[in-house]
Amino acid sequence: MANLQSDPGRPPLLAVSDLKKHFPVRRGIFGRTTGHIHAVDGVSFTLAHGETFGLVGESGCGKSTVGKTILRLIEPTAGDIVLDGVRITDAVESEMHPHRRKMQIVFQDPYSSLNPRMTAGDIVSEPLFNYGLASGKARNDQVRSLFVRVGLRPEDMRKYPHEFSGGQRQRLGIARALAVGPKLIVGDEPVSALDVSVQAQVINLMMDLQDAFGLSYIFIAHDLAVVEHISHRVAVMYLGKIVELTDKKSLFTTPLHPYTEALLAAVPIPEPKAKKRRVILAGDVPSPIRPPPGCRFHTRCPYAEEVCRRVEPPMQEVRPGHEVACHLRQPSTP
Amino acid sequence: MIAPSPTGSGGPTRPILEIDRLKTHFFTRDGVVRAVDGVSCVLYPGETLGVVGESGCGKSITALSVLRLIARPGRIVEGDIRLAGRSLLAVSEAEMRMIRGNEISMIFQEPMTSLNPVLTVGRQIAETFILHQDLSRRAAHDKAVEMLRLVRIPEAERRVHDYPFQLSGGMRQRVMIAMALSCNPKVLLADEPTTALDVTIQAQILHLMLDLKERLGTAIILITHDLGVIAETAQRAVVMYAGRKVEEASVEVLFERPRHPYTLGLMKSVPRLDKAAYDAKRRRLAEIPGMVPALKKIPAGCIFEPRCAFAAERCRRETPPLEEHAPGHWSACWEQARVAASVAHG
Amino acid sequence: MTDATPAATEVDEHGSESVDLAGFVRRNPTVTLGSILLLAILLVAVFAPLLASGDPQALNPIQRLRPPSAEHWFGTDMYGRDVFTRTIHGSRISLVVGSLVALISVGFGLVIGLVAGYLRVVDGIVMRVMDGLMAIPDILLAIALMALFRASVTNVVIAVTVPQVPRVVRLVRAVVLTIRERPYIEAAQSIGTRFRRILTKHLLPNTIAPLIVQATYTGAAAVLTEAGLSFLGAGTPPNIPSWGNMMAEGRTYFQVAVWILLFPGMFLAITVLAVNLLGDGLRDALDPRLRRRL
Repeated sequence: MANLQSDPGRPPLLAVSDLKKHFPVRRGIFGRTTGHIHAVDGVSFTLAHGETFGLVGESGCGKSTVGKTILRLIEPTAGDIVLDGVRITDAVESEMHPHRRKMQIVFQDPYSSLNPRMTAGDIVSEPLFNYGLASGKARNDQVRSLFVRVGLRPEDMRKYPHEFSGGQRQRLGIARALAVGPKLIVGDEPVSALDVSVQAQVINLMMDLQDAFGLSYIFIAHDLAVVEHISHRVAVMYLGKIVELTDKKSLFTTPLHPYTEALLAAVPIPEPKAKKRRVILAGDVPSPIRPPPGCRFHTRCPYAEEVCRRVEPPMQEVRPGHEVACHLRQPSTP
Repeated sequence: MIAPSPTGSGGPTRPILEIDRLKTHFFTRDGVVRAVDGVSCVLYPGETLGVVGESGCGKSITALSVLRLIARPGRIVEGDIRLAGRSLLAVSEAEMRMIRGNEISMIFQEPMTSLNPVLTVGRQIAETFILHQDLSRRAAHDKAVEMLRLVRIPEAERRVHDYPFQLSGGMRQRVMIAMALSCNPKVLLADEPTTALDVTIQAQILHLMLDLKERLGTAIILITHDLGVIAETAQRAVVMYAGRKVEEASVEVLFERPRHPYTLGLMKSVPRLDKAAYDAKRRRLAEIPGMVPALKKIPAGCIFEPRCAFAAERCRRETPPLEEHAPGHWSACWEQARVAASVAHG
Repeated sequence: MTDATPAATEVDEHGSESVDLAGFVRRNPTVTLGSILLLAILLVAVFAPLLASGDPQALNPIQRLRPPSAEHWFGTDMYGRDVFTRTIHGSRISLVVGSLVALISVGFGLVIGLVAGYLRVVDGIVMRVMDGLMAIPDILLAIALMALFRASVTNVVIAVTVPQVPRVVRLVRAVVLTIRERPYIEAAQSIGTRFRRILTKHLLPNTIAPLIVQATYTGAAAVLTEAGLSFLGAGTPPNIPSWGNMMAEGRTYFQVAVWILLFPGMFLAITVLAVNLLGDGLRDALDPRLRRRL
């Protein structure tokens, strides 16, 4: 598997292999399991230090589940997660505690991701308390400097979340994630719920923090323009699988997977005179309980052939550093 | 204060909808919230007018005011709304009910909460026919199936008996469009119709809306915060900020040479796929500093001044009026010439 | 991102909300009325010996069945005892039982509900037991328990508490189930917060508000159940005046001396009303969406 790392010699910060998460579907009085939702069905990628890995896809593709499973907030059904050289897939909760310091998460909804009954200062200092990193005045000072770092006023430490605006709350969430000095932050649609002008502020903040602290991000989003702006490498997900994975330039200028093409064509460009490449996908996303046989995208793919309906295409490196799962794209094809 | 605009077709056309100096205020315990504070706007038959703004700017309240759907503690305090010359604020509630869904329709952002979960979609579409066209149950049902076909829902005869929860988000939005267009309204108010949908579904829905507009000749007011959607679907656009209209122009002119710092700021703060640099050094997005002001404390002078990069002394003291600074291009800014010039120089 | 009414997402300039009593009364009439009534009853109970200096047990057969007069404000009962004195002293029993039951059932219910809501393993067993208890009407259960013990105020408290606990457990569990899915709980896990702290610092504070409201309803129900038990002869021993046994005794004399039944009944009704008003008002006042108005 190719790695595009700023420092090729250094091992990756995170290596995810064949990650799967199936949610059981329970019916009836006794809660019998009648099927499974294949939310994540074999996802593999690596993440280098200081890199932003963008994960895009539409609703139901499993991208949020990937993020939470990596953090072990959801238990994986199968696969492996290796963080900084240590395999954390089966670690029990007490073993996970030191590892949690290294990876944090920022949620999508700035309203429900903060405890409404804790003050802003308490919210940000809680991780410091959990890891015994500082106490008393020293802790207070750390919280103050975190507030300043994310662009909040330290005087607001005593306020409650409902007294802040959406953008400010998101900054609080970022401050909380930064408190323990993580190496990886998973952003689960961190700007999707914000107004356009506030989005820009938060995106800039995240980029500044990455430069200052050498953070790695897994940036999960459905907005392709935002992902393009902030990421180094990007993966496209569809129905629980990664269908294309490459550096952002290749993805956005020479996409190889038909789904990626359709996604890019569907994004409205703020330029009235732009020529639209019209590849409008027909139909809806199939059910994740019974994914289509063969290539999961074949039901909506304008190029689908017989083999696509029967055989699931493997993820292959078709060009250097560019992987795609499509029968019509073979490594030999130029 | 009413802005006439080029209609594209020769000869003067009467506007189908006029919003004239509308003010809708909410009288809450904490003070008066001036959600819409003097907005004027004109819609011509068959055109698509985009209304852009962020949350709290008053764009949704404006649409709800047109349909007189403002409930306490809100009230339309000033201004007029005219449909084909007839004042909507002067008619009775009973007459207004005959207008809603019939001459003016609205579709909303969240299709799940806008559809009644305990009625089949067929029932809900048929309701408009029964109410406004006095059709029998049978006839209305057939019309409902026809509408489902019109919005390209496959297997319409079967789907007409489905409940909203059995349909996907995109399909529910199609049902909403079917309901809204069933009586062939003159005006369709679309309040963020695709914001809650995936981007591929969004493309389908927008395409459908434009197609239907061509066929039925409906005029559309499309409310959104997405500049890309505006660029793709609207002919003219209005930019709103804190309850007021700050700029209006044709879409081409608005994107090429905006004349208001807020419009300019919005455009520069959005990441663009078509302008991606792809060089190793990632650029920062141009930010608009600060936040939208509380709608209760309106300062003297220009409402955007605290966040404005072009702010001058005059801006703090006097509120700039909305004026036509170029043909068909209106802007409320003292420094609009500087704004336009800065764009020209890139 | 549309709002039908403008969202008040602006930052408060001063950051704090000043206390405004007149405004509070205006905005929360139910809480105010309920509190005042309840406070009045409470004062009556506390200062009972001062308000009614006589002995509630004092028999005075000569004066039996006298209607209300200057000497006996509420009249006398079939043994000549002063109804006013007995009513005033009866308030003590009702308030003691009501508040003790509310406190104890909420205490137990909170702990059981928190654990049942958060730990799926425990949930199944606990809830089936609770369902079983709830299937029996609370007054029947209370009578059955009282039948096992001799009559005393302590035993009345226990008998009335037991049927109330499952109701509290159910409420707490429902709240915990809702909150458990909130992102801020996941966030707490991700920043390394341990299980016990999640329960106390994150789950518990968010269950307090509905719990307080439930406590008031439980208190009202307890007062009524105690009165019912006493009325049936299965509650407070007859030598201690309680509104319930007063009403039981007054029942047979209803047509000739209605005041024996009337006054304790009125006080009972007012007390339960007060507690319910307080509960209703608190439920609205503590609603987080309206919190700023408090």
